[in-house]
Amino acid sequence: MTTNDIMKPENLVYKKPKLLNDKTMHYCPGCSHGVVHKLIAEVIEELGLEDKAIGISPVGCAVFAYKYIDIDWQEAAHGRAPAMATAIKRLLPDRLVFTYQGDGDLAAIGTAETIHACNRGENIAVIFINNAIYGMTGGQMAPTTLEGMKTSTCPYGRDVTLNGYHLPISNLIAQLEGTRYVTRQSVHTAAAVRKAKAAIKKAFMNCMEPEKKGASFVEIVSTCNSGWKMSPADANVWMTENMFKAYPIGDLKNS
Amino acid sequence: MSEEVRLMKGNEALAEAAIRCGCDGYFGYPITPQSEVMETLMKLKPWETTGMVVLQAESEVASINMVYAGAGCGKRVMTSTSSPGFSLMQEGVSYIAGADLPALVVNVMRGGPGLGTIQPSQADYFQTVKGGGHGDYKQITLAPKSVQEMADFVGLGFDLAFKYNILTVILADGLIGQMMEKVVLPPYQKRRTEEQIRKECPWASLGRTPDREPNVITSLELEPEPMERRNIALQAKYAEIEKNEVRFEEIMTSDAEYLLVAFGSAARICQKAVEVARAKGMKVGLLRPITLFPFPYGKIKELGNQVKGILSVEYNAGQMVEDIRLAIEGKVPVEHFGRTGGIVPTPGEVLDALKDKIIK
Ligand SMILES: Cc1ncc(C[n+]2csc(CCOP(=O)(O)OP(=O)(O)O)c2C)c(N)n1
Ligand code: SF4
Ligand SMILES: [Mg+2]
Repeated sequence: MTTNDIMKPENLVYKKPKLLNDKTMHYCPGCSHGVVHKLIAEVIEELGLEDKAIGISPVGCAVFAYKYIDIDWQEAAHGRAPAMATAIKRLLPDRLVFTYQGDGDLAAIGTAETIHACNRGENIAVIFINNAIYGMTGGQMAPTTLEGMKTSTCPYGRDVTLNGYHLPISNLIAQLEGTRYVTRQSVHTAAAVRKAKAAIKKAFMNCMEPEKKGASFVEIVSTCNSGWKMSPADANVWMTENMFKAYPIGDLKNS
Repeated sequence: MSEEVRLMKGNEALAEAAIRCGCDGYFGYPITPQSEVMETLMKLKPWETTGMVVLQAESEVASINMVYAGAGCGKRVMTSTSSPGFSLMQEGVSYIAGADLPALVVNVMRGGPGLGTIQPSQADYFQTVKGGGHGDYKQITLAPKSVQEMADFVGLGFDLAFKYNILTVILADGLIGQMMEKVVLPPYQKRRTEEQIRKECPWASLGRTPDREPNVITSLELEPEPMERRNIALQAKYAEIEKNEVRFEEIMTSDAEYLLVAFGSAARICQKAVEVARAKGMKVGLLRPITLFPFPYGKIKELGNQVKGILSVEYNAGQMVEDIRLAIEGKVPVEHFGRTGGIVPTPGEVLDALKDKIIK
């Protein structure tokens, strides 16, 4: 087989999901957002929910998630996606309603909406990209920023006397009666990607059960190599060495 | 079926009317003087009859975003609040405008600024008709003067919202929300089926069917040219509304030498003032704007050619009076009389003010 033969479409082994269109993504090379987008598109396709899915994109780097995955979307104001998901799921109970949110969106400005949608036990899925920084606005401190970590608004490192501590919001969410599945995953290796996909699939399947059993919450501990000012490879190493200590990977609740 | 006449508070009538006019969802947060709206809905449990969703949100920030999302699905959704809550909603209100969505918000105004008072006020006129949230936008604003209009404006508000894909605000004062009057409730109207919604609102994000492109509800446009095109389209829509939807009521204006202008319950007080003045032989008339946006500039301009002076009577420090002056362009004196802090003036005070400020 020549190189040209290998490149023929009929010989390709790896395929991207049809729902993920061919538009050029605006994400920085190495960013976790793109990988998670692909997983979401794959899961929706595998579950055959193309006509049932309604996504809510955040304010943050993923604001344009709606440009890349060909389902119906609504674009939220900063932090308000869980309130929107609540209304959509209540009005259209047989739909797959999920939010896609960054850590600033979900754990700072939208904390109230996040906690209350989860606590009401809304039958929704929350996909939470925790990169410990405000990527979109140029790398400012997030509630999830680690102690000592440098960002543009804590240029000498996060100082707990000034800014308090990193917020492990998923642990809080797992305490709520209204959640049924809370997990923390990552997408930095092929094995991690497979596990993250299984988590997203479980969350989406939970949402499609007719009885209202609670919210499903999938945190993806992610890199923001641009905001962190590292190469993608270094960012992955830094994440495993630092982020995973503060945000250990695994299920927090699975009922 | 014979018509249903009831004695009710404005807030209760509004809630009853919402169920009857095919509303799909109500999302709210308690605040005086409008808490009876959600209380009435929770008592009536419409989810068991018409299928209407009713939900108490964690804040007005959440409730307006629930409305934004429900509207994005093409559903007839609404919320109600009072002034401090309406301030919190301005972010969502602006997003609804930016995404061209139809929805209904009720503001039963109380006195401000700040936490202010729970007594009636009309001090959110500017906030409602001039903006309040960020960006260049407008919303259709209906000002009810009675419990009957609280009921009637729900259906009208939704119809206008869906005609133009715009937010309708029912701007009531606390008096209208709290007072009891006789009201004829509207007949029951079925909620639209999903097929009907898909047809009427082809833009709605209900889940993508294979025959169409994805529907995306958004107000975002990073490139300046398309964003300007969006703004131009919004302004064209507002111009169309100004052409078609101006509503007002005239009382004894045909021979009037002096004109009172008032909306909401202030117009009821002025109606009495007109009666008293007429009994004394004074030729006083009343113009009541029913739509505050679009404002009856044309009608007021026309009356400006006939009367010697105009008094704007409002429960605020002088807001609508600016729009009257814009219409009159200095041709005759236009003055304001108002009480603030939740105080409602008497017809006698209105006539005294007319004499002091206009007739002299
Ligand atoms: C009300 C409001 N405040 C602030 C902003 C500016 N803003 C845009 S994105 C963002 C932070 C996003 O960070 P995060 O949610 O962590 O997403 P990321 O970009 O890291 O994926 C901020 C503060 C805004 N758009 N709206
Ligand atoms: S700034 Fe960070 S989060 Fe945003 S696209 Fe770039 S790497 Fe990803
Ligand atoms: Mg972030």
